[in-house]
Amino acid sequence: MTAPTPAIEVRGLEKSYGRRRVLEGIDLTVHEGEALVILGGSGSGKSTLLRCLVGLERPDAGAVSLLGRDIFTAAPRELADLRQRIGMAFQSGALFGSMTVAENLELPLVEFSHLPESTRRIIVRIKLALVGLEGTEALRPSQLSGGMKKRAAFARAMALDPEILFFDEPSAGLDPVTAAGLDRLLLSLRDVFGATLVVVTHELNSAFAIADRIALIHAGSVLITGTPDELRACQNPIVRRFLDREAEPGPEHEGRLRELILGSEAPDG
Amino acid sequence: MPTGLAVRAQALLWEQLAETGRMWRLAVAAGRQAVAGPFRGQPFRWRATIAQLIRVGNQSLSLVALIAALIGIILALQSAYQLRQLGATHLVANLVAVSVTRELAPLMTAILVAGRAGSAIAAELGTMKVSEEIDALEVIGLDPVDFLVIPRLVALLVAVPCLTLFADLIGILGGCLAGVAALGLSAGAYTADSLSALVLEDIFGGVIKAIVFGGIIGLVACQRGLGTRGGADEVGRSTTTTVVRSIVLIIAADLFVTAVLFVR
Ligand SMILES: Nc1ncnc2c1ncn2[C@@H]1O[C@H](COP(=O)(O)OP(=O)(O)O)[C@@H](O)[C@H]1O
Ligand SMILES: [Mg+2]
Repeated sequence: MTAPTPAIEVRGLEKSYGRRRVLEGIDLTVHEGEALVILGGSGSGKSTLLRCLVGLERPDAGAVSLLGRDIFTAAPRELADLRQRIGMAFQSGALFGSMTVAENLELPLVEFSHLPESTRRIIVRIKLALVGLEGTEALRPSQLSGGMKKRAAFARAMALDPEILFFDEPSAGLDPVTAAGLDRLLLSLRDVFGATLVVVTHELNSAFAIADRIALIHAGSVLITGTPDELRACQNPIVRRFLDREAEPGPEHEGRLRELILGSEAPDG
Repeated sequence: MPTGLAVRAQALLWEQLAETGRMWRLAVAAGRQAVAGPFRGQPFRWRATIAQLIRVGNQSLSLVALIAALIGIILALQSAYQLRQLGATHLVANLVAVSVTRELAPLMTAILVAGRAGSAIAAELGTMKVSEEIDALEVIGLDPVDFLVIPRLVALLVAVPCLTLFADLIGILGGCLAGVAALGLSAGAYTADSLSALVLEDIFGGVIKAIVFGGIIGLVACQRGLGTRGGADEVGRSTTTTVVRSIVLIIAADLFVTAVLFVR
């Protein structure tokens, strides 16, 4: 049985900024149609990794192949073609401030499809409806709330029906209700398009809600990859520390506090 | 401490050289894209370029008119003071016409455009850079040089010479106004003198200068805007740097072009 070509294959990726080593040998495989969450603390290099995956950043060493093609040896023309088959939603949305929401969504269609204007309009309306932003066509990005900006950025990333979608911190900086809504939106988009999803986040709730598989980044490399259940069961102390600290600061945490305050008198949890 | 100063001067020099290098790289990239783009299915972006042209014109036209008129008047009054001592007040028209077309119109226009349009372009591209819009363009598959730099650069290459010709006209009219109102010259004679003093080379030389200046403003503004790192405060720094660097390079280029074109 031969495995199908993975959607993304990363080998030995290294990246430094000056003397600071951010990525120290990342190996990662993303299968077609799966939702992979890259999880890690703030400043652990998640965004840097994502930028390397889409070719915005050139790594010091290592290789990235998207849809079976190495992006750092590809000709500029080939890379441009490849980029039409991927979409990316940036952390802050990165909508073009000089254009309306509709123009933002239309730009990839204008540049890379030969669709007439009426068809483009319809596609824009459909994509906006998919992310729950009906009727915002004429607004400027500055008139949108944080959550709406992210939704609009999702819609723009999907304009050309890409095969791989990248999301940088889709729910960071939003209130819990909006964040949960965006997580659900991501999953439904995946179900509609059948695209491969790569989501970077530092929020455990989102990660466990979205992921088929989670890759935990620590100290510049992938500490572990596994399904949410495998991660929950994992006994690696670093993984435990990461999951426990943020996931459930409930009874267990309290017990440790009591232990610290009262010394050994406290009963063992 | 002298050594500390020397180290800082050296660092500053290296930084300026590096920036100049990046500017040339951008110039080469833009030139190559402009020539090769149409063969790769990326035709010249007429609509974006015309939009930029209108923007530059709107930003600078009234300011250029005002300053050109003032410069014409000042020049006429100043030269009259000198020429009267030689009993040659009738030469005021000649002097104004030649100085304005060869030197002052292109120079003042370029400095005003650098302050108005150059800074606006640097701020715009810098904001796009720090808000990841440039990255978003690249991920969509659009080349920032093709999509943003070339329309702005071409707009400036066209706008600065056009504004300079306009400034030529207004400057000479300003001189005429001063000549008639303050020096008692007749308007008809002044105009005739101006026209007879000018040779095509004067106007043409000024336009050549203006094209060079437009290129400088466009390259400096685009390079500095796209080179913005960090946050919003860096955008402000890029804007200031653009204006200062443009003016320094414009005056240096002015010397160079003047030496090449007019010194025999
Ligand atoms: N362009 C850059 N220049 C210098 N350092 C950078 C740059 N981008 C990121 N870094 C550094 O790399 C580290 C990882 O950044 P990032 O990938 O944004 O982390 P994350 O997205 O996981 O929070 C941080 O310490 C950051 O300061
Ligand atoms: Mg990040």
